[in-house]
Amino acid sequence: MNAKIKQKLLSNEAIVVYIILLLALIIGAVNPTFISPATGINLLRTMLVTLIFALSEMIVIVSGGIDVSFPAVSCLTMIATIKFLLATGIDSVPITYGIGILIGATFGALNAFLITIIKIPPLIATLGVSSLTSGATLAFLGTKIYTDLPEKIDTMHRISIFSYTNPAGNEYSMTALILIPAILCVLIHLMLRHTMIGRGMYAIGGDIQAAHVVGFNVAKTRFFTYILSGILAGTGAITYMILMRVADPKVLMGEEMMVIAAVVIGGTRITGGHGTVIGTILGVALLALVKNNLIILGVPTHFQTFVVGMIIVFGTSITSIRAKRIAEQAKI
Amino acid sequence: MSNVFLSLKDIRKSFGGVHALNGVDLEIRRGEIHCLAGENGSGKSTLIKIISGIYKPDKGQILIEGDPVQSLTPKSSIDAGIQVIYQDFAIFPNLSVAENISINHSVLTGAKRMNWTEARSLAAEAMSRIGADLDPEVLVENLSVANKQMVAICRAIINDAKLLILDEPTASLTAKEVDALNEIIKNLRNKNMAIMIVNHKIDEIFNIAEQITVLRNGEKISSGPASGYTRRSFIRDLTGREITETTYEPEKSDEEIFRVEKLTRHGEFSDISFEIRKGDVLGITGLLGSGRGAVGDALFGVAPATEGKIFLNGEEIEIRSIDDAIKYKIGYVPEDRLTQGLFLNRSIQENTTAASLKKYFIRGKVDEKIMLNDTIEWIRTIGCNAKDAEAPIRTLSGGNAQKMVIAKWLNTSPRILILNGPTVGVDIGAKADIHRFLHGLAKDGVGIIIISDDLAELIQNCNRIIVMHDGKAVRTVDTKDVDETSLSKMLSD
Repeated sequence: MNAKIKQKLLSNEAIVVYIILLLALIIGAVNPTFISPATGINLLRTMLVTLIFALSEMIVIVSGGIDVSFPAVSCLTMIATIKFLLATGIDSVPITYGIGILIGATFGALNAFLITIIKIPPLIATLGVSSLTSGATLAFLGTKIYTDLPEKIDTMHRISIFSYTNPAGNEYSMTALILIPAILCVLIHLMLRHTMIGRGMYAIGGDIQAAHVVGFNVAKTRFFTYILSGILAGTGAITYMILMRVADPKVLMGEEMMVIAAVVIGGTRITGGHGTVIGTILGVALLALVKNNLIILGVPTHFQTFVVGMIIVFGTSITSIRAKRIAEQAKI
Repeated sequence: MSNVFLSLKDIRKSFGGVHALNGVDLEIRRGEIHCLAGENGSGKSTLIKIISGIYKPDKGQILIEGDPVQSLTPKSSIDAGIQVIYQDFAIFPNLSVAENISINHSVLTGAKRMNWTEARSLAAEAMSRIGADLDPEVLVENLSVANKQMVAICRAIINDAKLLILDEPTASLTAKEVDALNEIIKNLRNKNMAIMIVNHKIDEIFNIAEQITVLRNGEKISSGPASGYTRRSFIRDLTGREITETTYEPEKSDEEIFRVEKLTRHGEFSDISFEIRKGDVLGITGLLGSGRGAVGDALFGVAPATEGKIFLNGEEIEIRSIDDAIKYKIGYVPEDRLTQGLFLNRSIQENTTAASLKKYFIRGKVDEKIMLNDTIEWIRTIGCNAKDAEAPIRTLSGGNAQKMVIAKWLNTSPRILILNGPTVGVDIGAKADIHRFLHGLAKDGVGIIIISDDLAELIQNCNRIIVMHDGKAVRTVDTKDVDETSLSKMLSD
């Protein structure tokens, strides 16, 4: 039993927790006001959308694939949805999400088709879809940035579940939108851990040939994975639009690196077959913490990309070194 | 004959005009261990794939428990109780032992939910049936090859398997692990399961088989109870030619070629001393991890020795790097030819001349013509079955590729040739060719060292054998004083 506890304390998730605690201590030492509910609220707000995207990316990586198309798909989703809403005069949050999910699922199916049926390697397929989608957005839907969201959608972000007023009188409120990634985390966790389709994702990510032999319907599992990933990306896009009160055709481009980094730092192996929701939450939290607090630590703005890059390289190294050590260690 | 489980009649299958199977009959009974033997390309794997429903035969009849089967699919084959354990086991390194064992069952029953409690109890039950004792929670990537195989066997038997087919199950097991596997197989046989083992290692076949079927070039050459075969008749059926198994006995000579004194590499091996006289073929054996491979690596400078002396023709030399070893004309055929011995995608010519490029560097350029001539010469001399010196070397079969790895070093005119597992995955015919060739070299005064765990091979080819254990040479024996059983005992003591 002792060995098991030791294993838990040295697990990937645990290491990320240590790093988060260490960072929090350092930031807290430099700036004592850091230790406050306001920090938590800010952190959750930063994590909110990234976490949805990270879930979408994580399930794809677990199943042995990769998806770099979600930022482009999300941008298209935002613009297409807002244009539709403005043209029809519909002002309903559920319908908005419905459209986003539909568009996301469609592009997920396109990715799955290219990867599973045409057999293009996932990176190339999704890179192609990314370029295609991004180009289509700009060419057919225009380059306009929309800030004139319909009334109900525009005010949705103001619904808060709790708020905190600090001694200086500033009010921090936690938007109810946080419930979306929270619920998704629970659902994805249950799916991955307790359904056969979820176990199928791990199986094909571990050894696709073996999955065939065992009798998994590999094509079906991969279609399901990419479509679900697309649905999550669409959900992320609409959530971003509501939270930021803007629909921008380019704003999310480039986000994939950050999201993949967060997923991998959270212990998901880029080669597939390993990854958990808890780890993903921690990976996103770590990157959000760094992003939010570099200024407090006195890191100049133009150094921030550099520092984030260092953390990505360092964080992903831990995962890779661990995988290598497992491969080399004595077998039982 | 009521206990016949599977019978195949006149099975034919061809791929693009090439007959992989040309009218094969096979009968497998419950409670019997049946060995399917054949060299590479004999049609063994095609036959397994037909039984498991992956290929459809062009012609022929399949009967399961007496009933003719119209078309066998992978699923209907499993439903009929046929389970195949492939060489790579088809298990998931990233999943736990329990999940790996139960996953087949969960998929086949069409479950939607993953039932962890059931998975654990299925795994525990399967493991107790074959006497395995693994932590069900541990990830399979942490297991040794032998334990991975246990997992694969457990997975196969939980689905009411009636026929268990094992494809070259001992390919990467140590002698002790093979014994353990044989126990499990006999145990399953006693529970009235039909077992078919695909193998080409003679000793293992004779150890366990009750019934033998030999395939060659897609045809059934012979079939019958194992007691009806002798080693000699078996080899003749397998290879189609007479290969006599003799032991190697060099002419006595006092001319010392190579001597090693108290060779040590900290943490790997220590105090290894031996000498090689003209005509000697020295064997080094030991279990995995005994340091047998490290000695070869040290002599070739891959991981040099830290202490000790090396003499070549009476003169002391130092080997600090591979360059040194090549300078003193030492050749090394590594254990894993695919990753260490060959440039798979390059031509046979480039591979053959790779270790002796300097020779072809004439007047500032590489003379491709002489290279080609030398390669063709080697292909002929060493008896490699290659049509074209410019074809990529990966197009050659295991045995032929290995011959070219040896040719590569012979092309450097070595004084010492070290071979680590020279015939792993090489079939009997090519094996005999390689052995004959090595004996010729030894006679010509090349010092030969064979590092191997294939005891039969060592006994046939070496006149002296060093047995290693925990990095030390525990015994040095004359081959004529030992047989396989006594040597095997020395290994594990």
